[in-house]
Amino acid sequence: MKFHKSRRLLTASIAAMVIAAPLAGCSGTASASGGSGGSGNSITLWTHNAGNPAELAADQKIVSAFNSSQSKYKVTVQAFPQASYNQSVVAAAASGKLPCVLDMDAPNVPNWAWAKYLAPLDLGTSLKGQLPSTIGKWNGKVYAVGYYDVALAMFARKSVLTAAGIRIPTIDTPWTQDEFNQSLAALKKTGKWAAPLDLGTSGTGEWWTYAYSPLLQSFGGDLINRTDYQSADGALNGANAVNWATWMRGLVTQGLIAQKSGADANADLTNNKTAIEYSGSWAAAPLSKTLGKDLAVIPPVNFGSGPKIGGGSWEWGMTNTCENKAAATAYLKFSLQPQYQASVAVAAGTIPATSSPAALKLDPSYGPGGSNEIFAQISRKYAELRPPTPAYPFISTTFTTAAQNILAGADPKSTLDQAVRGIDANIKTNNGYK
Amino acid sequence: MATTTAPARRQPAQALRPAPKPRHIVGTVAKIVLALVFVLPIVFMFVSSLKPDAQIFSDLGSINAFLPTGHISFANYAGVFDRVPIVTFLMNSVGISAATVILGLLVNSLAAFALSRMRLRGKKIILTAIIATLIVPFETLALPLVWWVNQLPWLQVNGFSLALTHGWLDTYRVQIIPFIANAFSVYLFHQYFDSIPKELDEAARMDGAGWFQIYRKIIMPLSGPAIATVAILTFLPAWNSYLWPIMVVQSENLRPVMVGVEYFYQLNVAWGQIMAYTTLITLPILVLFIAFQRSFVNSIASTGVKG
Amino acid sequence: MVLIHPSRAETAPSVKKPSPPRKVNRGRRKESLTALGMVAPAVLLLALFIFVPAALAFVLAFTNAQLISPNPIGFVGLTNFIQLFQDPVFYRSLLNTLYFAAVVVPVQGGAALGLAILVNTKTRGTSFFRTVYFLPVVTSMVVVSMLWLFMYQQNGLINELIHRLTLGLVTGPDWLNNPATSMPAIILMSVWQGVGFHMVIWLSGLQTIAPDLHEAASLDGVSAWQRFRFVTWPGLRNTRALVLVTITIQALSLFTQVSVMTQGGPLYSTSTVVYDAVQTGYQQQQTSYASAISLVFFALVLIVAAIQRFLTREKA
Repeated sequence: MKFHKSRRLLTASIAAMVIAAPLAGCSGTASASGGSGGSGNSITLWTHNAGNPAELAADQKIVSAFNSSQSKYKVTVQAFPQASYNQSVVAAAASGKLPCVLDMDAPNVPNWAWAKYLAPLDLGTSLKGQLPSTIGKWNGKVYAVGYYDVALAMFARKSVLTAAGIRIPTIDTPWTQDEFNQSLAALKKTGKWAAPLDLGTSGTGEWWTYAYSPLLQSFGGDLINRTDYQSADGALNGANAVNWATWMRGLVTQGLIAQKSGADANADLTNNKTAIEYSGSWAAAPLSKTLGKDLAVIPPVNFGSGPKIGGGSWEWGMTNTCENKAAATAYLKFSLQPQYQASVAVAAGTIPATSSPAALKLDPSYGPGGSNEIFAQISRKYAELRPPTPAYPFISTTFTTAAQNILAGADPKSTLDQAVRGIDANIKTNNGYK
Repeated sequence: MATTTAPARRQPAQALRPAPKPRHIVGTVAKIVLALVFVLPIVFMFVSSLKPDAQIFSDLGSINAFLPTGHISFANYAGVFDRVPIVTFLMNSVGISAATVILGLLVNSLAAFALSRMRLRGKKIILTAIIATLIVPFETLALPLVWWVNQLPWLQVNGFSLALTHGWLDTYRVQIIPFIANAFSVYLFHQYFDSIPKELDEAARMDGAGWFQIYRKIIMPLSGPAIATVAILTFLPAWNSYLWPIMVVQSENLRPVMVGVEYFYQLNVAWGQIMAYTTLITLPILVLFIAFQRSFVNSIASTGVKG
Repeated sequence: MVLIHPSRAETAPSVKKPSPPRKVNRGRRKESLTALGMVAPAVLLLALFIFVPAALAFVLAFTNAQLISPNPIGFVGLTNFIQLFQDPVFYRSLLNTLYFAAVVVPVQGGAALGLAILVNTKTRGTSFFRTVYFLPVVTSMVVVSMLWLFMYQQNGLINELIHRLTLGLVTGPDWLNNPATSMPAIILMSVWQGVGFHMVIWLSGLQTIAPDLHEAASLDGVSAWQRFRFVTWPGLRNTRALVLVTITIQALSLFTQVSVMTQGGPLYSTSTVVYDAVQTGYQQQQTSYASAISLVFFALVLIVAAIQRFLTREKA
């Protein structure tokens, strides 16, 4: 009786070996073909689009078109989920396994260029007419270019704003700080909402810097001094920055925003749990589906230094380790044709980086009179790049922590001072990121 | 349990019992209340997987969160299949986890057996060194390990020819082999083996049994609880592994299930589909546990007694 | 029954059987070789996949290495450690980690034992309850954290429940956004998630206690508490150590819940050592500094482990 068990275990172990053996065996072929930069005239391309079938298909269509347009080069696509894309890239870089072509989030471009992940691009005239915020530059060289951009905006029900006697702002006359504060107070007074404004404070990662540093900039502060990118002193902890921080905390204490908003801002606006949602152009499609004509798209508020939004979304570049840079360059040039750029933008529901007739024909909604024109206008008029410095990833996480602490009630001035000290020390440790 | 009245057990026993004892009622009520506490969040997950996103959040503050009310459909499940190659991911995870568990049970119990029962110079030092590896959180090792596994060679078998390849990235083996040996498993086995009287193997030795036989026929059959514990402890992280595959696996057809969760975090997060996907990837483990708890937890008592 | 008298005092095997010395030596050598062969796979694999990268991480802690950087790596001596010991966030994380472990270890261990005793019966439905209590364990921590994030919202399920049960007298706090309640909230959720696993460990321990012992005790008219105190508890000696160590290790490496639910906030009230290391190492790209944090963490766990070992030895 007692031997029964051990025999079962033994059988199971053998079974495991049998399972494991083919696994290990067939993996060999995978690693051989899955290589990194590609060999000879076939190159690999990485994108962040796994789990986004529409945009991935659009990218794949460009690749197939390129592969059949000529017979010299062949491009293969490898898709990764966006949420962990940076980790995949960094791990690959650490082991020298980067592909030839890859896309990346715009603010990372200078960091990766500085680290020599990326090679400068020579795309000639292909960049003519490209939306400026979609070009990733560092040290005077172009390292990446995007097919589209996104824009921050606020969303509300027209009926709700009108009922509370609030003016619906336009792109040319956005809300001022006072008007915004009064509007929020008016909404709060109705008693219909626990917190009328949803700033998206449950967001994580890059969202905090992407969403709230433009507010800081509109107050007159910034993440870093942009003259030489060597210190954040004065920009991130000056009087304007402290005003911004105090105002942000005030939103919490006055019950105008939730310290941590609901997980799905679109759902909360649709369910009338919030009155105004601070989000981006990507929310327009789902919201207009649920709210229809009642949906108001509100341009960013002017807090004194003009309305601001962050610029730059996913952009394409070429790696330094790419063994066939001619192939990579040829592909990138090919992909920048307006109809291809526009097809990706349409699939992603984003603002096309080119406003050429070919692009507008594909998606007229971003053209004159289109339902999404306002996002293109916001982007063109108010977009400010997040600081194009290799220090950005550090600055961004430091800013996020500081902003979270401030919302939770930490003293604005000393919190910002501490953030500045951290950023300045980090820049020094990295020899100025030069 | 009355063992003397074996033939007509059930009927008379129940007939004799006047009424359920109060303690039993209290116990049953406690069990049910606790079951609710444990099951409700999971019910929430399942029920939400049937609802459209907006409704998930409008139901959040009420009992409706646990009830399949409103617009119920399998749309989220259809969405999951459009977005993620879930069958491939499931197969990968099953293979990787099974291989890790079974090889892990073998390798770690053998080591623990030798360290617990056999004479070996320096075995205290070996055990201490093994246990010391426990304190290294994997997150901190991940990056150096990526670089390192990329340097490792591998003997590749192609039919009858052998070839030495270089680098383990983007394979199944890189998801299995680093996790086979586990200090914790060795420690648990060692701890357990120590509690089994040495007289048992001495008797076997006198009967001429070899060490492998003692391991196979005496020690392992008595170690049900340790095997069960180690099996779960190895299986769960293997099934849930997430950071590591993100770093070392580039091909989609080699990815495990947890990486799939990331597929849903797009600019507009697909919450309902996340619920559907996580329901789908939790089900197999649940089935496995039900089978497992019958064969391990329940049979341990008998093995222990008869052993 | 095997486990009633665990022979701790190791009986020296050589005393037992007087046989010719040469034969003993040869037997010993063969035994040592066999033992070595049995230990080798595990040791080799651990060396390859833990010692080597750990050694790399150890070296990194004394350099200025960054996650992403074109600059050559140079040794900087103890700079990272000096910076570390002046870093208030690190101390806060350390305290939080110890606080979490100090609460979770006894609470989860005790609750798990309670559950195990509750379901250690042969009545119908037992298997069902065991499975239900085990459910959270098999659900991924990432998923579980997400679910609880929803439930802990100001207007979420938990507060709704509190409101209903107290007939509207008590309004629950904003659990995860209040520095006073954020850690207790994470503790509660972690215990809920992990307790089923330790219930199974206890259960397997309980089942090795011969039922006739209990029967004998109940025939003698011994109370339930006495039965637990004098039959069950001593019989669980080995299981106890097992549960203690598994929970401690899990508790000290608290990371996922924090990363999903609070990101260390509000005001660092839930920041832990591993979270701090991951945050600085990956998000802030300070690889060498993160390695220093990990190194200090190793030392900390070693100390805790040594203390536990000492304590469990004493009681034996």
